[in-house]
Amino acid sequence: MAELTSHPDEIKVVSKRFGKGATDIETYLKLDGYKAAQKALTMAPDDIINEVKTSSLRGRGGAGFPTGMKWGFVPKESAKPKYILVNGDESEPGTCKDRPILEQDPHSVIEGVIIAGLAVGAKQGFIYIRGEYRYLVDIMRKALADAYAKGFLGKNIFGSGKQFDCYWHTGAGAYEVGEESALMESLEGKRGIPRIRPPFPAVVGLWGGPTVINNVETIASVPHIILMGGQKFADYGPPKNGGTRLFALSGHINKPGVYELPLGYPLKKMIYDVGGGIPNGRKLKAVVPGGSSTFILTAEEAEQMNMDFDSFAKRGEFLGSGGVVMLDDTTCMVKFALRIMKFYQHESCGWCIPCREGTDWLKKTLTRFHNGGGLRKDIDNIKYLAQNMLGRTFCPLGDAAAIPTMSIVDKWRSEFEAHLEGRPCPFDPSAKITELPVVGAH
Amino acid sequence: MAEVKNVTITVDGKQVTAPAGTLLIEACKAVGIEVPSFCYYPGLALQAACRMCLVRIEKMPKLQTACTVPITDGMVVATDTDEVRQARKSMIELLLGNHPLDCPVCDAGGECELQDMTFKYGAAESRYMEGKLHKEEQQWSPVVFFDRPRCILCYRCVRVCGEAMDVSALGVQLRGSSSVIAPNEGDHLNCEECGMCIDICPVGALTSGAYRYKTRPWEMKHVGTICTHCGDGCKTTLGVRRSDTGMDIVRGDNRDKSGINGDFLCIKGRYAFDFFDHPDRLRQPLIRKEGKLTPTTWEEAIEHVGRRLREVRDSKGGQAIGVIGSNRATNEENYLLQKFARTVLGTNNVDHQRTADFAGFARAVAGKENITATMRDVASAPAILLVGNDPTERHPLLAWNIRNNVRLNGARLYVVNSQAIKLRRQAVRFVQIPAGSESKLVSFLNGEDAAAGSLTSAGASNDALKQLRDELKAQKNLIVIFGSEIQGADIAALIKFGSASGAKFICLGDYANSRGAADMGLYPDLLPGYTPLSSGQNFAEDWGQLPSGKGLSLAEMKQAIKERRLGALIVVGPDAPDDLGLELLGASDTFIVTLELFQEQNGASSPSRRSWASVVLPAASAYEKAGTFTNTCGDLQMLKKAGDITGIKSDFEIIVRIAERMGVDVRKLVPFGQGVRADMGQTRGAQSGEADRHSVWLAANGLEPRLSPFDPMAILDEIQRLVSGYELSRLNLLAGNDQHMHAAELSKAGAAAGLVQISPANDSLFTSGTLGRYSKVLNDVIESHRAPVNKEVMAE
Amino acid sequence: MAAISDKLDAFFTEKMKEYPTKRGFLVPMLLYSQDEVGYLSDAVIAHLAKKTELTELEVRNVISYYSMLHTKPMGKYHVQVCTNISCMLRGGEEILEHCKQQLGIGHKQTTKDGVFSLEEVECIGACSWAPAVQVNYDFHENLTSEKMEAVIEHYRKKARQ
Ligand SMILES: Cc1cc2nc3c(=O)[nH]c(=O)nc-3n(C[C@H](O)[C@H](O)[C@H](O)COP(=O)(O)O)c2cc1C
Ligand code: SF4
Ligand code: FES
Repeated sequence: MAELTSHPDEIKVVSKRFGKGATDIETYLKLDGYKAAQKALTMAPDDIINEVKTSSLRGRGGAGFPTGMKWGFVPKESAKPKYILVNGDESEPGTCKDRPILEQDPHSVIEGVIIAGLAVGAKQGFIYIRGEYRYLVDIMRKALADAYAKGFLGKNIFGSGKQFDCYWHTGAGAYEVGEESALMESLEGKRGIPRIRPPFPAVVGLWGGPTVINNVETIASVPHIILMGGQKFADYGPPKNGGTRLFALSGHINKPGVYELPLGYPLKKMIYDVGGGIPNGRKLKAVVPGGSSTFILTAEEAEQMNMDFDSFAKRGEFLGSGGVVMLDDTTCMVKFALRIMKFYQHESCGWCIPCREGTDWLKKTLTRFHNGGGLRKDIDNIKYLAQNMLGRTFCPLGDAAAIPTMSIVDKWRSEFEAHLEGRPCPFDPSAKITELPVVGAH
Repeated sequence: MAEVKNVTITVDGKQVTAPAGTLLIEACKAVGIEVPSFCYYPGLALQAACRMCLVRIEKMPKLQTACTVPITDGMVVATDTDEVRQARKSMIELLLGNHPLDCPVCDAGGECELQDMTFKYGAAESRYMEGKLHKEEQQWSPVVFFDRPRCILCYRCVRVCGEAMDVSALGVQLRGSSSVIAPNEGDHLNCEECGMCIDICPVGALTSGAYRYKTRPWEMKHVGTICTHCGDGCKTTLGVRRSDTGMDIVRGDNRDKSGINGDFLCIKGRYAFDFFDHPDRLRQPLIRKEGKLTPTTWEEAIEHVGRRLREVRDSKGGQAIGVIGSNRATNEENYLLQKFARTVLGTNNVDHQRTADFAGFARAVAGKENITATMRDVASAPAILLVGNDPTERHPLLAWNIRNNVRLNGARLYVVNSQAIKLRRQAVRFVQIPAGSESKLVSFLNGEDAAAGSLTSAGASNDALKQLRDELKAQKNLIVIFGSEIQGADIAALIKFGSASGAKFICLGDYANSRGAADMGLYPDLLPGYTPLSSGQNFAEDWGQLPSGKGLSLAEMKQAIKERRLGALIVVGPDAPDDLGLELLGASDTFIVTLELFQEQNGASSPSRRSWASVVLPAASAYEKAGTFTNTCGDLQMLKKAGDITGIKSDFEIIVRIAERMGVDVRKLVPFGQGVRADMGQTRGAQSGEADRHSVWLAANGLEPRLSPFDPMAILDEIQRLVSGYELSRLNLLAGNDQHMHAAELSKAGAAAGLVQISPANDSLFTSGTLGRYSKVLNDVIESHRAPVNKEVMAE
Repeated sequence: MAAISDKLDAFFTEKMKEYPTKRGFLVPMLLYSQDEVGYLSDAVIAHLAKKTELTELEVRNVISYYSMLHTKPMGKYHVQVCTNISCMLRGGEEILEHCKQQLGIGHKQTTKDGVFSLEEVECIGACSWAPAVQVNYDFHENLTSEKMEAVIEHYRKKARQ
């Protein structure tokens, strides 16, 4: 079980039932459970969507797309069935905030799915949970069975005469399957290769039917929005960045953990107050603000950032997935870049040239570089490769690999230079001088 | 159908107007702006994988893939900016990073899209300094080899195999930079061996076992001709190279996509040219001396044949001579053969192995307009009914057209068959009826409900049959395709049913020119163009007096052989019937001439023919001569000479020479030296051998226009003049285009002449009569498909 | 012998009804079959191909895409050590090194007795509780080398029972 942590600045909305035994349906019911779904049953679909729009809830999966707007794209009439698909593939390095929701409050996800279904006119929902999270699959299976037993799901939900079914599904190890179109492929029993867009899933999704795809946390926020009213939720955060969000602090931090803080919360406070600062009296060097796919911040930059979508968008950067990773001054940024690239190289689906070949090439070069075989021209080449991936790949995974790499080369070029020409990694006391490899023309 | 609006976009400052929804890459192509691509292939699913086609579209945040963006009105596109050029260059750099630079030994070297793109868009210097992946080449089947490091993962092979072939023997496995194309049996393929994957591979990752390391593309000449195997008539391009015994055929492919087969070729069209230089190929005439066939000169052989035929004719009369033509000979050869029989030998004893009842078909469609369909029609007709046959095995191109018409145009396919043939997978309705009940089906379609009794089975309920009939009646522009299961009166009945709603028809026959053999009058009772002997005035005017009375059919010739009534017999072609019963002739003095391709017959029953022959003449295959073929639909196309084997002659030349030795005025037989429609060398293929022979004759006879009686084009003039339905454009012909002939519709074929004997070839995808038995590729494939599959059998 | 147990097969049959296509439940079926059989044997592949009306090739295409699916037997306890960023920053690589030493095997190898196999894996969603390891599906978090040693001992004992 994931350890629970807390801090006075937290505003517990999505996490309000954490630690209270809400996996048990009776307990969940006592804690206002399924009230929102019943309320939604009395509302017109458009009113539900408007409430979500008012809340200015934005996708918690990483891209921050306004949820109400996404729901609004779903056509009213559709010859093919419509679906709700919950993205619980959580695999972005540094991100572990959907896990406590699925572990502590699975019914909130189910309830969110029901409400999304009512809003867009879908009759079926799927909750996709990554394969590694088997214990969460088991929790979800029980929660679904309990909800069916109570008549909250099935042919006649809450006695309303309306039908809604919700099923669980699990992956089997693939980060790329978190990308929404690859997620649909995986749910259809295929390799997780993304689809060509447009058409977007809201119009042509699962088995060709309109499909709303939302992150676990996004969906789990919905019942709270319906109960408290969109405006109240919106007011927690700055304009257009409504509500609270689960931030997972990790890396070089004294009090790692998942904390629910309002959007717009200053990153400096997050690190030093909520997270208790950097261990062992070390200095902060860098911060990964929202999973490994985001632009990496220097300590100085980090201390001025507010954690909301638009503060990052203003800089042309991304808030990301809520996974905040702190790096102290003992961290080798070349090694860090290599570790990130190793991940993307391993997880690239391989469909398109720039991502497949670019991640592989970058991993090889960074490996050689970190081992002391780096040449000066490699530094520019690394950046050149990353730039050539950015914006040109089939899906955003290629961008995700390019972004941190480019920011590391730009901001910590001196660390690359320190590794040049056989010099050992300055951050690794055991590293030795290596012989320069013979690099010939190919 | 809803009207599609035209929209106008601007590409690099040029206005382009095209139907809304056209893919940007195609719209660019239409105005000559090339947008590079690897993964995009017209007619296959979109991938957007290679990112070569990235272009700048105004108002879009990122570069967009031209291969997936449908054009919309007012779109402004730039394909030639620094940014776009840089993107292309970087894609090439990324690809080359892990690509072996073994171009000098790669089969695709010189015709590789990656090479071309590198040349056009690539970078001169290489930034790549890491080690390259090395993997041994793998053999997946007798024809398919895979070199993994060369693969650029464009997924064309996977798509052509799955979407277009409906075979799905290739998949993509693993992921990321480990992604790899994988065959369906783990380490090898189990498939139709069509080679489409090799053909469509833009680089040298998939290469052909038949061609590997044989030569470099630029050392070959390319001769576009027609496949000699089944009756579909695919255009195939043969790569030829001079050798010490003539001209070698090194490779076959469908690089010329203008043919009726578009992208398609099956294993036979692509690889089974390899019979041509089999060691058993006959290269010298044989003459029986003291009971033994002994090599001799052409001079002696022709002299002997001419003399003996004249003796038999003069002593016993033409009715004592039988002539069996060939389903693999050209139209000109078969026309000449029957003309020779009727005018020189004085006999109507002319026939061939009938693999379909084309005469019955002609009778049924005679006088009707717009009633026969072309092979191209099959690719676009909105609805198709297939009765009998298994095109996947016996008419691969037809099957391809049907399949892809269903896939790309949503054509409705109805299949009626006694077997669960593969094309049922594309059918909206598949009705399985008992074998032999096809006739009943036709009756049922014509409203005879009682016939349903003998049709119903597990595969065909009464309701299903009725539904089939109702739906068929409602189809507009239906094409009805039928196999040899339907003959004689049933053909007429089927045509009655279909023509009521304006359907067109295709009658399926085997071998490359069985339709031509029929059209050209290889019948004892029909002159060319299915003309009854009694209506042959125009032929008589041209040819002089014709023998009267119906001649012997093949079956009757067999009977005559049995009764030793024949004095002489001429048998043409490698696939003439083997069961003539020649052994029954014993020591009689019946004179037998056969025109053959191979010396040793390794086929089961063939030896009989040769072992009783008096003279065996080494003949050219369709790849070694010029002329025309008419495919099973009636589409006429031109053959060009590709290979050359010293010592052989075309059937055409052989007949002319025999006639000449018999004292005939060759000008009467072949009206050469007149008109302007002469061959000016176009039919002579890539080498000068044949042209030399033309000039030898001309020089010898003091004839100046460069024409000779060995020029099939000369007799094509006559065919055009005398055979109704064979009006053709010589220009189109020489341009390599297909033209639909109407001999059947325009025929005067009268009442049926008793029992017809139809014996289909029953070849499969990997067999092709005698030619197939001498094809190494086909034999290897058959062998490999027979080999026990080493697979764990699951214990239940 | 059947490729998978009747019970599991019946469970699949039930679940498949929730999907409009036969192959919808394929990925979970592969994972659950692997849990039962230990790996995706040829027999399992053939069985699931038949059940989903796919070719075996198609099933293999899918299997080879997902990193948790294996077509060769693994150890009874599959030790998966995360070395991705959050774990790396808190000693994940040392944990991996420790496991290699203690088990005497490397990445994607299996001990001779078949009890353990080891794999360096990507982020397993335990970043805030790093460094973390999954043994089969069980998470072990906030590890140190000492704790890791105890974890392995725990499974070694379990294997003997
Ligand atoms: C490579 C990649 C991986 C992703 N992984 C996840 C994931 O694990 N979980 C998730 O919710 N969204 C993930 N996303 C984002 C999804 O594509 C999608 O935007 C999100 O599920 C939409 O939900 P939301 O609007 O509620 O955030 C990923 C995107 C990419 C490009
Ligand atoms: S960017 Fe391309 S190769 Fe990479 S994961 Fe996306 S589609 Fe696959
Ligand atoms: S042709 Fe457009 S991506 Fe390959």
